[in-house]
Amino acid sequence: MASKFINITLKIWRQKNSQAKGSMETYQLDHVSTDSSFLEMLDQLNEQLISERKEPIAFDHDCREGICGMCSLYINGRAHGPDTGITTCQLHMRMFKDGDTIYVEPWRSAAFPVIKDLVVDRSAFDRIQQAGGFVSVNTSGRTIDANSIPVPKTDADKAFEAAACIGCGACVATCKNGSAMLFVGAKVSQYALLPQGKVEAKNRVLNMVRQMDEEGFGNCTNTGACEIECPKGISLENIARMNREFLSAAISSEN
Amino acid sequence: MSNSAILSSSIAKKYWMALTGLFLCLFLVGHLLGNLQLIFVTGEEGKRTFNEYAYFMTHNPFVKVLSYVTYLSILFHAIDGFLLTIKNNKARPVPYAYNNPGANSSTPSRYMALLGSLILVFIVTHMANFWWKMKFSSDPMPLHQVVVANPQSGAEETFYITHTGDYIPTSAFDGEGEMPAAMEVRNGTEFFLKEVNLKRGEGYKDLHSVVLSFFGQDKTKDGVPEKNEMALFAVIFYVTAMMVLAFHLWHGFASAFQSLGLNHRAYNKMIRVAGQTFAIIVPALFAIIPILLFMNK
Ligand code: HEM
Ligand code: SF4
Ligand code: FES
Repeated sequence: MASKFINITLKIWRQKNSQAKGSMETYQLDHVSTDSSFLEMLDQLNEQLISERKEPIAFDHDCREGICGMCSLYINGRAHGPDTGITTCQLHMRMFKDGDTIYVEPWRSAAFPVIKDLVVDRSAFDRIQQAGGFVSVNTSGRTIDANSIPVPKTDADKAFEAAACIGCGACVATCKNGSAMLFVGAKVSQYALLPQGKVEAKNRVLNMVRQMDEEGFGNCTNTGACEIECPKGISLENIARMNREFLSAAISSEN
Repeated sequence: MSNSAILSSSIAKKYWMALTGLFLCLFLVGHLLGNLQLIFVTGEEGKRTFNEYAYFMTHNPFVKVLSYVTYLSILFHAIDGFLLTIKNNKARPVPYAYNNPGANSSTPSRYMALLGSLILVFIVTHMANFWWKMKFSSDPMPLHQVVVANPQSGAEETFYITHTGDYIPTSAFDGEGEMPAAMEVRNGTEFFLKEVNLKRGEGYKDLHSVVLSFFGQDKTKDGVPEKNEMALFAVIFYVTAMMVLAFHLWHGFASAFQSLGLNHRAYNKMIRVAGQTFAIIVPALFAIIPILLFMNK
């Protein structure tokens, strides 16, 4: 496929730091290859800004191959831009046309405060994870090999699908309620489905949900937007499973 | 922890939302079946059936309990809904400059709180229109009357019907010249022989006529027919409210199952289809009632 070059207008959120009041700024960027990824396009814009002795735009990224979850960005009104099942690093400029105006904003959530420009603080997810998203294993030296515990194939598959969540936060960003239930549902499910995770299942779901509420995420109204925008195709089934786990834990937990 | 979780956690609130929402769906079915009598049973028989039904619904102890559960559900559903919505709005203090939510969610699903609030406005108005009149209003409800031709003279006479099936001529309640009336109505529905202070029977509140005149039938005031100017407005208001309800249920019905944790490939589609069918049929049948009453006035 022959590569093409397009000229675009960008409207990008600029914010000096977490305290500053930000605003949308307009940039013109010419000669963007349609083969470049969205992040490469931002690199190109930053080079232009640096050559103009202006402050480059801060944005998150790491692996640039869709596995780390760092690259966020709300592009033209959608998390990770106008395509489904991808992260922003997997979004390509061929999705845009010459002369397009592209809006780029950070994830908007009370629980994800903006640090600078397009970078948000997603440590709320870490704290939810720390509240219960783990399996306690004693390092006795006689730890049983995980593979020696039989796991039904369907459970293993479902746990694996849930564990595919990369913690990117697109679900929160796209949800009209800023709800983190797809993320927490995935994290609860990935353990609840496995025998190793069942031991601590009750406290896990109660603690993770409590932490989720404390971080200021909203409540799910089952619009289903998260499932569609999730780059890893995490299913709403995981939210339903979390709700079931929560109910049984809440009415029967010992503490 | 578990105690507070079951009351205050976001997921517990969702369970309450879903349970009250589905209970209200059941209520809708019952209410609809009762109301459909208004169009399926016509004439004198319709009036009789409906007023007896209304009496049953306000006096049967089981129905009474059910109706209190319904009031509580509406209250709880609305308060819970407002609490959830407040938290949801706080969760995104800075809105997106450019947002395209239509790309990943249905419109009704994003306006549940607005649709619900409109339904609440409707419920309050609706109760003021009929329920309040039936139960509390200080100006007494009309009582069920029938006109019967006297077999001897052929002259038409008006009677009140009592629960025991007796007919009491309405003329007994009017004095004539010097003569004071022999009977009077006490406590809204009880027929008393004035002189001896004896209860002769109890009448039915004529909710049927109140409803019919609300939606179109011209009233008669002191024997003179009076045009009901408000009827068209009432019909439009009720039909609009049913459209709002349809949108609320379009998303709400299936959503409630997801909230309850019932999500499975085997039945997801069935629930969605059943919910959307319910969301169209139930409000549509409700809406047909005022339309037909208005057209057949
Ligand atoms: C007959 C009347 C009503 C019926 C049958 C009904 C039914 C439902 C159902 C089944 C749901 C889905 C629950 C869930 O997603 O878990 C729902 C959601 C909702 N309802 Fe209603 N509702 C009614 C009236 C109201 C009223 C009066 C209000 C508010 C004033 C309201 C506000 C809401 C809100 C905000 C939601 C979304 C909440 C959420 O998903 O978290 N509804 N309703
Ligand atoms: S559930 Fe999907 S959208 Fe949400 S954090 Fe995980 S990978 Fe990202
Ligand atoms: S940079 Fe790692 S997922 Fe995009």
